[in-house]
Amino acid sequence: MKRRNIPGFKTTMGATLAWLGVIVLIPLSSVVWTSWSLSGAEFWRIVWSPRAVAAYKLTFGAAAAAAAINAAIGLLIAWVLARYEFAGKNFMNALIDIPFALPTAVAGLTYSSLYATNGWFGRFLEPLGIHAVHSRLAVCIVLTFISLPFVVRTLQPVFEDLGTEAEEAAHSLGASRWQTFRLVIFPSILPALLTGVALAFARAVGEYGSVVFVSGNLPMKTEIAPLLIMGQLENYNFAGASAIAFVLLVASFAINGGINLLSKWSRRYE
Amino acid sequence: MKFIGYVAIALLAGSLLLPAQAQDKKDPITLTNVSYDPTRELYKDVGEQFAKYYQSKTGQRVTVSNSHGGSGAQARAVLGGLKADVVTLALASDIEALEDRNLIKPGWQAKFPNNSSPYVSTIVFLVRKGNPRNVKTWNDLTRTDVSVITPNPKTSGGARWNFLAAWGFITQNGGGEKDATDFVKKLFERVPVLDTGARGSTTTFVQKKIGDVLIAWENEAILALKEEGGNLLEVVYPEQTILAEPPVAIVDKVVDQRGTRAAAEEFIKYLYTDDAQELIAKWGYRPSNAAILEKHKDTLPPFKKLFTIKDVAGSWREAQKKFFGDGGVFDQIYQPR
Repeated sequence: MKRRNIPGFKTTMGATLAWLGVIVLIPLSSVVWTSWSLSGAEFWRIVWSPRAVAAYKLTFGAAAAAAAINAAIGLLIAWVLARYEFAGKNFMNALIDIPFALPTAVAGLTYSSLYATNGWFGRFLEPLGIHAVHSRLAVCIVLTFISLPFVVRTLQPVFEDLGTEAEEAAHSLGASRWQTFRLVIFPSILPALLTGVALAFARAVGEYGSVVFVSGNLPMKTEIAPLLIMGQLENYNFAGASAIAFVLLVASFAINGGINLLSKWSRRYE
Repeated sequence: MKFIGYVAIALLAGSLLLPAQAQDKKDPITLTNVSYDPTRELYKDVGEQFAKYYQSKTGQRVTVSNSHGGSGAQARAVLGGLKADVVTLALASDIEALEDRNLIKPGWQAKFPNNSSPYVSTIVFLVRKGNPRNVKTWNDLTRTDVSVITPNPKTSGGARWNFLAAWGFITQNGGGEKDATDFVKKLFERVPVLDTGARGSTTTFVQKKIGDVLIAWENEAILALKEEGGNLLEVVYPEQTILAEPPVAIVDKVVDQRGTRAAAEEFIKYLYTDDAQELIAKWGYRPSNAAILEKHKDTLPPFKKLFTIKDVAGSWREAQKKFFGDGGVFDQIYQPR
């Protein structure tokens, strides 16, 4: 093995493994373990009922929509924060972190009262036929809120490191602004963008606290998968709850794995 | 190894000393009462009065600490190790879950008067002032011009009472199971929001002004009226509804461990005394003491016609499985055809 400048591989690796084991691996294996007490047929009946499938579609669909919106808006915000100096920049910077710190139930309550028929936004949206509360749209809106910081926070340092030399070179070689963005800037931020999107997506899939206040929780329509888990728990069906959790776990793992592969591919020229 | 041995001895000694200390009259003891959501105000009052009563009776100082939350979530917390001396929950089935896991001895429901329910309640309708949609009976809740608010029976104990009241209205009047299923299906088609708890539904109805009728605990409806002053809302008593008996029990395993059985038993018995029954009536629950109930007949008018969980489903255990379990009636009414 190559000699390292800083010793302590065994200690640090040992601590890392022990910590990950206790904090992540053992709790996750207990999910798998508990769901194994079900027979195969029972497992499928619970995790693949039409109602559960509808809930997965909403959970993953709304999380994907939220991540996509944040990819675009987050890119814009990160650009503004990294490239320009303006009054109130520090305040805006702090604002981005609010969704990290705020208890999500507070976010849910605030959104549901704003978008309710008699709320500040709702009273203008309802006459237009837009139901921004107790609907799938409402789920997308809160998920966009709670996953906002991820894309911004992963892109911001990349923009800051990027510098302006490459852009200036591209410009002096005759590239248009759009060409500069598309061919020079975008490829170098793409890996970070994908990481941010993956984080935002993962956060949105697991969200429960804020969604239950705004979604309306109607089975087959606006019920999210984590709520099905709560329903199983209320029936003291711990195995059933674990079974649905297991499906979410596998799906999240697969999707994040896919995004990581994509991110690797985007670095292929490095 | 030696160190672990010392720790074990210290822990053992500690656990032997603790109950002994708890019995010492000088040290105040704490009783933990794990209850469901809407009883916050009630048990705060009861706990304070009980502390005075118990001290004057035995010389022992006691504080009651109350924990509130969804009935099922609270029962799960106790299963998970929350040291509750007494549980006062919304449904017998949540206490049965504790019985099934050996925290409470069988036969708990016969231990105290009235099926261990110091008070009862019922399910009523809360409507906007003047009852603009003219909602009088359960049948009105399936009308297409009426929008109904109720919490989700999968996550809320109160919502299960609501569901069973609607179901029972059909089966108690000669309807079959098929009729009752169709009825609740139609009723839930009128529900635009299923909040996860009873308080959440009240907020949706009262603050966000969604829906024409809220199906609610009587005490929750009375509290909502009290808070808004009676200018915006009114209570409608359906001609027939369910008698809800939220039971109480001592958690045998915990009181034996902590040495608090005497105080816990005294606390539950206290719930049946005149003082506590008055508080119960004050907060909109129906005291089991008939004379005190009669005294409050302005806010708690006599029932017209009542049926019980026994009439509807036999027992909570059966109701839980048949209606709210996996693939039960509630799941079926939301399955696409």
